[in-house]
Amino acid sequence: MDIILEGIRKAFILLFTFDPEVLGITWFSLKVSGTATFISLFIGMSVGTVVALTQFPGRRFVVSLINTGMALPPVVVGLFVTIFLWRNGPLGFMEILYTPAAMIIAQAIIATPIVTGISLAAMQQLPKKLRLQILALGATRLQMVRILIREARLPLLAAVMAGFGGVISEVGASIMVGGNIKGYTRVLTTATVMETSRGNFDIAIALGIILLILAYMINLVLTQIQQRERPR
Amino acid sequence: MTIADSILEARNLKVIRGGSLLVDVPALKIREGETLSLIGPNGAGKTTLLQALSFLMRPSAGDILFRGEKVGAEYATLEYRRKLAMVFQEPLLFDTTVFENVASGLKIRGLGTGMVKQVVNEQLNRFGIGHLGDRSARTLSGGEAQRTSLARAFAIKPEILFLDEPFASLDPPTREAIIVDLEKAIAETGTTTAIATHDRNEALRLSDRIAMMDGGKIVQIGSPSDVMNRPVDEGVAAFVGIETILRGRVREKHAGSILVDVNGKEIEVVADADAGTDVTLCIRPENVTLSLSPPASVISARNIFPGRVSRITPLGLVVKVEIACGFPLVAYVTGNAAEDLNLREGKEVTALFKATAIHVCQKISR
Repeated sequence: MDIILEGIRKAFILLFTFDPEVLGITWFSLKVSGTATFISLFIGMSVGTVVALTQFPGRRFVVSLINTGMALPPVVVGLFVTIFLWRNGPLGFMEILYTPAAMIIAQAIIATPIVTGISLAAMQQLPKKLRLQILALGATRLQMVRILIREARLPLLAAVMAGFGGVISEVGASIMVGGNIKGYTRVLTTATVMETSRGNFDIAIALGIILLILAYMINLVLTQIQQRERPR
Repeated sequence: MTIADSILEARNLKVIRGGSLLVDVPALKIREGETLSLIGPNGAGKTTLLQALSFLMRPSAGDILFRGEKVGAEYATLEYRRKLAMVFQEPLLFDTTVFENVASGLKIRGLGTGMVKQVVNEQLNRFGIGHLGDRSARTLSGGEAQRTSLARAFAIKPEILFLDEPFASLDPPTREAIIVDLEKAIAETGTTTAIATHDRNEALRLSDRIAMMDGGKIVQIGSPSDVMNRPVDEGVAAFVGIETILRGRVREKHAGSILVDVNGKEIEVVADADAGTDVTLCIRPENVTLSLSPPASVISARNIFPGRVSRITPLGLVVKVEIACGFPLVAYVTGNAAEDLNLREGKEVTALFKATAIHVCQKISR
């Protein structure tokens, strides 16, 4: 019990004295996961919107693929990204394994299906007739898509949050393709794993608290969105 | 451009979805400035026809002509859509303020803010929601939301307004108030309107013409009194509220009237049909009078049948009385009359109706 209390006490000291190492790791984590989420947003929202608004043969299959992708195990993504970026792998010439770029790629692959799936659902939950109403108001196809995205903005924000939440808390792929190099590819989760294995519970708890705060903020926003009503 | 007598015309219009023919309208003309109602039971094809006419749903075959020009060919689809407005049963408002909702059609057309503001305020006031401009559409009641939807439609000054069951989800007082405002708006702007409704009373008060639909086809089109009082067949008759529909055969033909045999009873009808023809007689319940005893002296009603009350159903303002008098007959009497006559099931009464109060359809069934 003492270990935990002592750990928590030291953790708060680290947090409130703005320990440079803790701060650096946090900032780097936000940068990597933020960039990965941004990339996934671009791909996921486009694909999600197109799949939601069009009918084509094999659509069900594509939707089930996206939904499966939402539960993609990060270690599997890590494994394949590692193989592809390995020195003599297909993309080995790029020489980016164990760099932040490799982490961003892996995290973007994890986040994209999540963002796609939630965007798809967000666009589909809009009333079907809303599209007709927008067209009847004289909109072009492009104007219609813009208005639909604006109408689904809150659930789409949920997609962003879920994507970000998925990658900021992910450890498997980051450690595999990033290598947890101090000051270079070390993020909140990989650092927590390492510090715990070393018995440095104070730092591990401090990092854990930061992760919890991030998770809490994400869920706070998601809950707000869920509780909102749609107009008639 | 040819000079058209109608603002909108459908020719050989067919909508086929999933192998079934949803709409089959060989010819329909909507006149400039008129209000046309499409009535009919659920699934009759009213909504589909409105969507095909507005080109929100591409017809499987046939043409839509707007002021004589073919939509989708001579007349661009987008251009056409910008001439019309549509209001659905659900208000389908955007997740923003009431003002922005009403402004949306104008903004889509790229109008300047000053112009938008003026038009929107005008429409907000027209539909009695001027005080709600800054409110979020999420907080509106059903009636306020539908008013916003109507204001949004009128804001773009449509040349044709399509209304698809616009009042079906509203409670009666709200509906009544909105219909009054809509009637006024249509009259003031002279907007050509096509409205789909399953409520014949709504159609009666709003329309210049009524088109009765069934099975994707227009089975009758005409003035409200035409469709209400002279239905072409039993299906229309039943839909427009004619409670007594009797099949019979013309026994004798006189000058100006015929004698029709219904279940062995003779009914005199002012109509023209040859003896031996099978006909359907339609008698509106409000045209049947009830009396406790047969009339003491000669009266003008040609049809007098003693019978027994088989069922009494209160309908609010009137009481529906079903009488067995050799054939089933329905009469509407006021609540007071029902009390004075002390009507109850099994009581003997005499039913009277005039020979002119009966409409004859020669087409027995379709």
